[in-house]
Amino acid sequence: MQSTSVANRPTLTPMSLNAALIRKDFPIFERLIRGENRLVYLDSGATSQKPNVVIDAEANFYRNNNAAVHRGAHQLAEEATEAYEGARLIVANFLGAESEEIIFTKSATESLNLLAYAIGNASEGNRFHLSGNDRIVVTEMEHHANLIPWQQLSKRTGAKFSWFDVNDDGRLDLTDINSIIADDTKIVAITHQSNVLGTINPLEAIVTRAHEVGAIVILDACQSVPHMSVDVKALEIDFLAFSGHKSLGPTGVGVLWGKAALLEELPPFLFGGSMISSASMTDATWAPVPRKFEAGVPNMAQAVGLGAALAYLEQIGLSNIHEHEITLTARLIEGLQQIEGVKIFGPINLEMRGGVVAFTVEGVHPHDVGQFLDSQGIAVRTGHHCAWPLNKKFGINATVRASIYLYNDEADIDALVEGVRGAKTYFGER
Amino acid sequence: MMQLDNLYQEVILDHYKHPEHKGLSAVSDVQVHHINPSCGDELTLNLSLVDGVIVLSWDGVGCSISMASASMMSGLLSGKTLGEAAPIVNSFLALMQSKGTQTGDEDLLEDAVAFAGVSKYPARIKCALLSWMAFKDAAVRVQGK
Repeated sequence: MQSTSVANRPTLTPMSLNAALIRKDFPIFERLIRGENRLVYLDSGATSQKPNVVIDAEANFYRNNNAAVHRGAHQLAEEATEAYEGARLIVANFLGAESEEIIFTKSATESLNLLAYAIGNASEGNRFHLSGNDRIVVTEMEHHANLIPWQQLSKRTGAKFSWFDVNDDGRLDLTDINSIIADDTKIVAITHQSNVLGTINPLEAIVTRAHEVGAIVILDACQSVPHMSVDVKALEIDFLAFSGHKSLGPTGVGVLWGKAALLEELPPFLFGGSMISSASMTDATWAPVPRKFEAGVPNMAQAVGLGAALAYLEQIGLSNIHEHEITLTARLIEGLQQIEGVKIFGPINLEMRGGVVAFTVEGVHPHDVGQFLDSQGIAVRTGHHCAWPLNKKFGINATVRASIYLYNDEADIDALVEGVRGAKTYFGER
Repeated sequence: MMQLDNLYQEVILDHYKHPEHKGLSAVSDVQVHHINPSCGDELTLNLSLVDGVIVLSWDGVGCSISMASASMMSGLLSGKTLGEAAPIVNSFLALMQSKGTQTGDEDLLEDAVAFAGVSKYPARIKCALLSWMAFKDAAVRVQGK
C-alpha cells in the first residue's frame, strides 16, 4: 500500500487554525519529556489533552458549586443541577439533539454496554427484544468496546451475529450489504471512524438498508465527535456513543444519545436512586428519560468539564479542526511513504478519512519504534489498539498509531517522520 | 539516547536478531501458549524433562525485549534441573520488580542481567517477563504430569 501516492488530495485553503496559539491553552505542553524534549503528543486517539477551561470548569465545580444534583433543598444543589443540566444542553446542541436524549455515563464503553444490557432486558413484545430469530450486525473494524458487548449480547440472547469485512485498502466491503443486513436484522452497530485505520465509514447506505429492514443503527462516534461536525439528525442514526476524555473533556464521563421515542421504550439497565418515578417494597416505575438511565449521583464535575470542552471545540470550529487534521494527515502519509519499509494500514486516499495513521516499520517491532519515539518526546500508541480481529485480518500483531488533534502542527508531524527514520537506524545498525 | 541504550543493551539486540532455541521441537512433555493482551505479543514454549534435565524450545512474535528475553531464558535454563532453574527464575523476577535499583545477580543470570534497564520502564516489564511466566507455568504443569 505504501507505494501508492497520495491521491485525491483536496486543495485546501490556508489553515485557519493556529495550533501554536491553541497549544498555549493546554498546560501539559509546558512540560518536558524524557529529559529536555518538548512533548509531541500524537496519541489523542487514546485520550486527548485538556485545555485550561476544562481543568478550571471541573475544579470550579468542586470549589464553588459541589452538591448532589437533582436532590437537596439548598442553593448549592440548585447550582450543581443547573451546571450539570447546562452541560447536558451543550452536548445536545453539539450533536443537534434534544436535551432529554442525552444520557451521561462514565465512558463510551459504558454507554455501549448500557445499551447492550438494556436491550438484553427487553421482554417479549418490546421492540428491542432479541431472540434466535433476530440478527445483530457489526463490522470487522470495530474497537472491542463496540464489538464485545454485541458479540456477548448475541450469545446471551441467541441472536445471529454477522459483520462487514474490511477490504485491503481499509474500507468496508459493502458488496453484500443486503444479505449481511438481512431482513431479520434488529441491530446494526458500527464505528463512525476506525480508531486504527482512520477510515470514516459511509453511513448513508448502511442506515438506509438498516431502516429498510426495521433495524436500529448504533454509532460508535468516539473518533468522530471530537474531530468533525456530527449531526445525529442529519445522519439519521438511532443511537450514538462518545467519550468525554477523547473530546478534550475529563475522564469519567461519556455520552449515550438516543432518539427520544426509542429511549422511552428501552428498559433501564442500572437500577437505584433517582431513576425511579415511584417505588414500593415490591415494585417500581421509571423516571422519564434521561433520568431513567442515570441511577445514582452522576459524575457531575466531569459532565461540567465536558460541557466546557465542547464549548471550546465549538469556538474553534469542528470543520476547522477536521481540515487542520486532514492537512497534517496528508503530510504524515507523504512523509511515511518516503521511508523504505514503512507500511501504512488504512486508506491512503484522504476522502472519508480522519487523522489516525497506523503503520509498521519492517524489521523493527512497533513497541520498539514507540520506545525510540518516546526517547525523543514523541508519544504514539503501539499494539493492537483494542481491535484484535482487525489486526488478525491484516496478519499483524501490532502497529504504531499516530493520532492527530487540533494542537498538533507540521513540526510534530516532521518530528514523527524523522523519529521513525531514527528508529530504523537505531535498531537496524546496532 | 543514553537512557535508551541502557534499555536496549547490545546483548539484548543480539539475541533479538539471532535468537537461541527458537523453533518448536516436534514433541514435548508440555506446551504452553502465553500472550500479552496489552500489546498482542505471543509466545509458545515447549518444555521436556530428559532424565530430569530441562529441554526448551520456543516460538513467538513480539518486540525485541520479549523475544530476546525468551532466547536468553532458554539458554540459561536448558540443561538444568527444575530445582536449579527455580532460583534463576526468582532472581530474574526480583530484578524486574526492582525499578532500576538492582543490577542483577550475574552468577545466576549471566547475560540476562542486561535486562536490569528494563525494570525502569513499567510498560516493558511484561515484555521481559512473557517467556519467564510461560516457563513457570510449564514447570508447574510438567511436575503435575
